[in-house]
Amino acid sequence: MKTASRIYLALVFIFLYAPLAVMILISFNGGESTTVMDGTSLRWYREMLRDGATLQALQNTVVLSISSAVISTILGTFAAMGIHHMRRKALRSAVMTVTNVPMMNPDIVTGISLMLLFVFAGTLLGSETYLSFWTLLIAHITFSLPYVILSILPKFKQMDRNLPEAAMDLGCTPLQSFLKVELPFIAPGILTGLIMAFTLSFDDFVISNFTSGSGFETLTIHIFAMTKKSVKPDIYALSTMIFFVVLVMLLAYNFMTGADERRARREREAKARFLRRLRKETAGKEAA
Amino acid sequence: MKRGFLARFAAVPHIVWSVIFIIAPLLFAFFYAFTDGEGSFTLDNITRLFSGNYPLIFLNSLCLALIATVICLIISYPLAYIMSRMSRRAQSTMMLLIMIPLWMNFLIMTYSWMTLLEDTGIINTILGKIGLNFHMINTPGAVVVGMIFCYLPYMVLPIYSVMAGIDPKLIEASQDLGASSREVLTKVIMPLSLPGVISGITMVFVPQVSTFYISQKLGGGTFQLIGDTIESYFTGVSINYHFGAALSLLLMVLIIISMGVMNRFADPEDMNGRPML
Repeated sequence: MKTASRIYLALVFIFLYAPLAVMILISFNGGESTTVMDGTSLRWYREMLRDGATLQALQNTVVLSISSAVISTILGTFAAMGIHHMRRKALRSAVMTVTNVPMMNPDIVTGISLMLLFVFAGTLLGSETYLSFWTLLIAHITFSLPYVILSILPKFKQMDRNLPEAAMDLGCTPLQSFLKVELPFIAPGILTGLIMAFTLSFDDFVISNFTSGSGFETLTIHIFAMTKKSVKPDIYALSTMIFFVVLVMLLAYNFMTGADERRARREREAKARFLRRLRKETAGKEAA
Repeated sequence: MKRGFLARFAAVPHIVWSVIFIIAPLLFAFFYAFTDGEGSFTLDNITRLFSGNYPLIFLNSLCLALIATVICLIISYPLAYIMSRMSRRAQSTMMLLIMIPLWMNFLIMTYSWMTLLEDTGIINTILGKIGLNFHMINTPGAVVVGMIFCYLPYMVLPIYSVMAGIDPKLIEASQDLGASSREVLTKVIMPLSLPGVISGITMVFVPQVSTFYISQKLGGGTFQLIGDTIESYFTGVSINYHFGAALSLLLMVLIIISMGVMNRFADPEDMNGRPML
């Protein structure tokens, strides 16, 4: 049974990693083909780093992803707080249903319906170039919001409702109680939401395809345009570099959370030891 | 009531945002679907959906997505099960390994699959050494492979997280009561992991049925899916927002129906109030 499951895992990972392996291999191709290796070289990396359009697209994507992640996290944090404190169940579930629409709807529908809104707004304002950085930013905030809210809401639910009240009884203003009690408690949820919003935005293609204009090209749109023409290994070089950046970040994140867990476990153990000793001592005293 | 203001109005910006950028766009999609170029009411776009080869396109998309979803489930279930029985450390490594391909751009990954599946591609080069050759690219099978690859992690993760959360005491208790390991699987683990399966299917089926890039690249334009058709009416050469909107509405309706059918199998308690749409 053990060997059977090992073989099974191996097959699944071969499937999941085959295209990644191809990408990395071809990125070092000496020739122009994306199927046949013709010696190895770093030529596509050099060419890619000299390619102004690609670098511009990369920069655009980073700017867009950071702005949309920050804005949707701020909006989403307040939204989660408001939704958590809603007393009327009907209102609460109505807001949640609408919030979840972009998550449950296919991306293509979200994309085209936003595009139609922007087209309409564009004709109202009488401008031809209605699709720009701003429409893209709006679209990205919109589809990130549900993910941010859903990663923060559970944190509010886990929090003892008495905590902020206790803070206020001790003399905090509501704002102080939010900043000093609630915010630190929900911070892990906010961080998860921020990271999620950033990745979703960085990786999005479908919605961007419908809401970006010709003036502002993101990386995925740039790659899409490149794959429409005949492809050279340069996009593989670009993706391989992104892959290694992501890999290092993921490993660092994993290591950090691992270290956190280990520290938490050590603290728990120290506390348990202390309690045991205390109990022994009091038991000893009582016996005496 | 001291703690009113901030908490009570915190959701207002979000509600305003949702009305403008979630509800209004959907209303626009409705509006466009039921009007013509001059803005007057018409049902032509809707009737056109049921003419020509559009029904076939819809049927094709549904079938391919269904096949891909089922295969995803068949691959993911044992994988999640094996993962959930590993040591803690191994589990988090496995999670990382399954997440990494998700972080890669799916356009590039799809293009890599082209390289793999082509007639002179890598798989055929390897198979050629033992005298085999398969025509794979530009077939429905290639599209299904691409779909499975892009969305497999979205099936594995929810199933795994539900399975990892099953109390081991339940399994021990059923064994103590005389269940064989097969019965433990079919009578304890399977029913308890159903919510994960349902959310996995939802997360995988919706993007698969509406995909457009994968089918263009791996299907080679030999057959069209709904996603391709919608895209061609919005960004292609024959732009027609009105008919494109009608197609999108039909896609939404199909998805709502499929989800509704599936939710009948799910325990409503476990959906955490997740709405159907």
